[in-house]
Amino acid sequence: MERYTLKNLAAMLLSKDISSQEILEMYMQRISDYDKSLNCYITLNKDDAFEKSIQADRLIESGNTLSLTGIPYAGKDIFCTQGIKTTCGSKMLENFIPPYDATVISNLSNQGAILMGKTNMDEFAMGSSNETSYFGPAHNPWDLARSPGGSSGGSAVAVAAGLAPISLGTDTGGSIRQPAAFTGITGLKPSYGRCSRYGMVAFASSLDQAGILALTAEDAAILLESLAGFDPLDSTSVETDVPKYSQSLDASIEGKTVGIPKEFFDEGLDSESEKVFFNAIKIYESLGVQFQDISLPHLSLSVPTYYVVAPAECSSNLARYDGIRYGYRHDETDDLDNFYLTNRQIGFGAEVKRRIITGTYVLSTGYYDAYYLKAQKVRQLISEDFKQAFKSVDAIMGPTTQTPAFKIGEKIDDPVTMYMNDIYTISANLAGLPAISHPCGFVQSLPFGLQIIAPHFAEGELLNLTHLFQQKTDWHQKQPPDLKKV
Amino acid sequence: MEWEVVIGLEIHAQLSCKSKIFSGSSTNFGAEQNTQASLIDLGYPGVLPVLNQEVVVMAIKFGLAVNAQISERSIFARKNYFYPDLPKGYQISQYELPIVFNGSLEIQDQKGAQKKIGITRAHLEEDAGKSIHDKFKKTTAIDLNRAGTPLLEIVSEPELSSPEEARAYMQKIHQIVKYLEICDGNMQEGSFRCDANVSLKPKNAIKLGTRTEIKNLNSFKFVEKAIAYEMARQEELLNGGKVIVQETRLYDSNIDETRAMRTKEEENDYRYFPDPDLLPLEIDQSMIKEIRSQLPEFFEEKVQRYVNDFGIKENDAAKIANTIEIARYFEEVISVFDSNNQLVASWILTELLSAMNRNDLTVDQLGVSPKSFAKLLQRITDGTISGKIAKEVFISMIHEKKDVDDIIQSQGLEQISDERDIVPIIVEVLDSFPDQLEEYLDGKEKILDFFVGQVMQRTQGRANPSLVNEILKKTIKNN
Repeated sequence: MERYTLKNLAAMLLSKDISSQEILEMYMQRISDYDKSLNCYITLNKDDAFEKSIQADRLIESGNTLSLTGIPYAGKDIFCTQGIKTTCGSKMLENFIPPYDATVISNLSNQGAILMGKTNMDEFAMGSSNETSYFGPAHNPWDLARSPGGSSGGSAVAVAAGLAPISLGTDTGGSIRQPAAFTGITGLKPSYGRCSRYGMVAFASSLDQAGILALTAEDAAILLESLAGFDPLDSTSVETDVPKYSQSLDASIEGKTVGIPKEFFDEGLDSESEKVFFNAIKIYESLGVQFQDISLPHLSLSVPTYYVVAPAECSSNLARYDGIRYGYRHDETDDLDNFYLTNRQIGFGAEVKRRIITGTYVLSTGYYDAYYLKAQKVRQLISEDFKQAFKSVDAIMGPTTQTPAFKIGEKIDDPVTMYMNDIYTISANLAGLPAISHPCGFVQSLPFGLQIIAPHFAEGELLNLTHLFQQKTDWHQKQPPDLKKV
Repeated sequence: MEWEVVIGLEIHAQLSCKSKIFSGSSTNFGAEQNTQASLIDLGYPGVLPVLNQEVVVMAIKFGLAVNAQISERSIFARKNYFYPDLPKGYQISQYELPIVFNGSLEIQDQKGAQKKIGITRAHLEEDAGKSIHDKFKKTTAIDLNRAGTPLLEIVSEPELSSPEEARAYMQKIHQIVKYLEICDGNMQEGSFRCDANVSLKPKNAIKLGTRTEIKNLNSFKFVEKAIAYEMARQEELLNGGKVIVQETRLYDSNIDETRAMRTKEEENDYRYFPDPDLLPLEIDQSMIKEIRSQLPEFFEEKVQRYVNDFGIKENDAAKIANTIEIARYFEEVISVFDSNNQLVASWILTELLSAMNRNDLTVDQLGVSPKSFAKLLQRITDGTISGKIAKEVFISMIHEKKDVDDIIQSQGLEQISDERDIVPIIVEVLDSFPDQLEEYLDGKEKILDFFVGQVMQRTQGRANPSLVNEILKKTIKNN
């Protein structure tokens, strides 16, 4: 198998070593060969993509190219795509065809990128294993019996297994970084407000952020330049310039200071994982990075805080799925309450219902102060911890997860254990900070990820650090074993 | 026992913006169902609200007009409940921190004294769509054109002490929003409606009684009548030793009764929380200052100006200024015809208003421009037509939409002011009534009016009455 980076493909297109149509044919062939065992795509956009690739080839021929002309990509099935089914991994939206494109999708189309298909995900992005998908779990290419993580599992698998050069995901509590770590690729969650949320089916609005799953930091940098930016349709997107990330990748990181929070090593991390992580730190030290121990005192509260805030917002965001205007509709009911109940009972899976119920509870009269309000206060404290830390360090590093990919079925019946999976990633969402996960070694023959968190809008810092690490190491080039054609 | 009523009103004023509060859809009334609803109004997956800044300016204007505080930081919250005409499953409103708070205005109480009524708050929110239950058999239809229409909800303190005061307060708020041009005030279309909270307590007691809330009152008359009915209902229950159930009630104007809609136990738990899709609304002092400098002249100032500058009776000035459209009309007439301001005032308060009421039209719909109206009055003062004929001309102007002079000419309505035309008629009248003439000569001066009447009758009212009077006396004397 050969995996191509976005950068490779762009160079090959420009030198006319390959056409956009040929690239697309290659990926479509791989999808048809391997996706039955990987299950990373829910919907393919074959005809439209081929049509666009032909147009792209004409543009390339005439020399009128944009930054992504002819480059195919995969999009998580949470982004609305005009005329293309957008299921959000749910029976509720099994047949939903949006009449509009999400802003991030149009941002990429505007630069000439071609959407190949929509990737598998946990239902409404609620899950850490891709197992809550109504369309069945995606499988980790490193070991098909294992989960690729979630919720952006399909997007991670597509890139790791060479079924797409790059993909879009979303990250509400770790949904890009954890799957990237589990599948041995690079996953970037930008700062809250960096990319528009318009057209991204909402799970927890104050935490959701679109981002990138890629083979290299360099690819992520190139794509982010097109993806990011202020959107007048999203009041929470931020009006600040988008830097040329790809041009500062090689800047020296000598003398940078990075903090390692001691709380990451309190419990749950096994010794092999810890060893792999600290070996990676040695590479950074060799690049001139200085490390210091820091503390994020409220880190242990991040999971409980998240599981109040996210369900609260989700309970309200998902109220619109009532079967009246779109979505799953059970017609054999004759009264309004039953109509609602039946549609939602059948349309939503167990995890989504669990979170709606939790969220409804924490917002109810009499419980609001004890749960929602308190969680918001703790969230503030967590943000303050980071603010404090960034007074003395440029970035924070730690493992992305406590373990490498677990087996499908291993944790799905134990929600609390599943929730604890995101213990290292959730705090960046609560504080709205950018974070990246990149491969840093192997644990039990499975890829392991290192996470870097930076101050608001310092995505450039994350990409710069990761890129130089990737110049020194080849963990990111390790490929999953060859798959059998099915 | 003697009871005292305590009333508080929640008024919903639809803000006159071209587009909705969180989307670019039009807010025009009466468009075909579901043609003015965007993906945002329909609550599609992935869409986000963006605040229409126009509504912020309007809310601030209102706040300044009622001497309220303007919040430097206010928060939009989600009010969660399921209903088919509420597409998102929540309504975006302001809950803990409204944009306007702590204001007041003055009304006249029953004794005619000024009474200050507190305005607790005014907040911005979106309207829901409409459920139509009576159009299809066994099916409810949904029209989402209204979904997302901007509303300002104005909440009074429970300081109104009678149905009449409630009406006066509602009228005052109506006058203010119309003066500010932030609401068209159209109650039939639902642009201005209110909910009334009503409770009774023993006279002079401090503790308030259990209240009921009467929903969706869309006329001044209904507010007064619904509250009066509700007072009587509660009084009867209390006097019979029963308790009041806290509940929402509906007023049926056809039978003049309120009836229970749902009790407190059946109310939703709205699970309010700040809307994470919208940033806190921040308003700086310079914006408030800017808006303050653009505030219009208000009712009280107008009345004073009409009295001082135009010499209008205070009572008439207040009646004219009461409705901004009438005040504007009045001022426009005066701007082209200023030789008899009181005549203008009197004509507006009698002929213009009664024509509007008779035809159930607004002053604009009546179709007589202030300029034409001025010309009509001009024709009275220059003696072309009499006041009485002018009233007929005015009616023709409304129905025929023709110019004043054209009507006078084509219908031959000019006043007869030439002595040579009037004398023969007078002679004829005196000849026809020798007995009455005898009586007059005997000193019964009142008979003169009879002769004037006869002359007017024979000229179809066109003879100049004062001239007739004068010539009559002269003719009799000379005989």
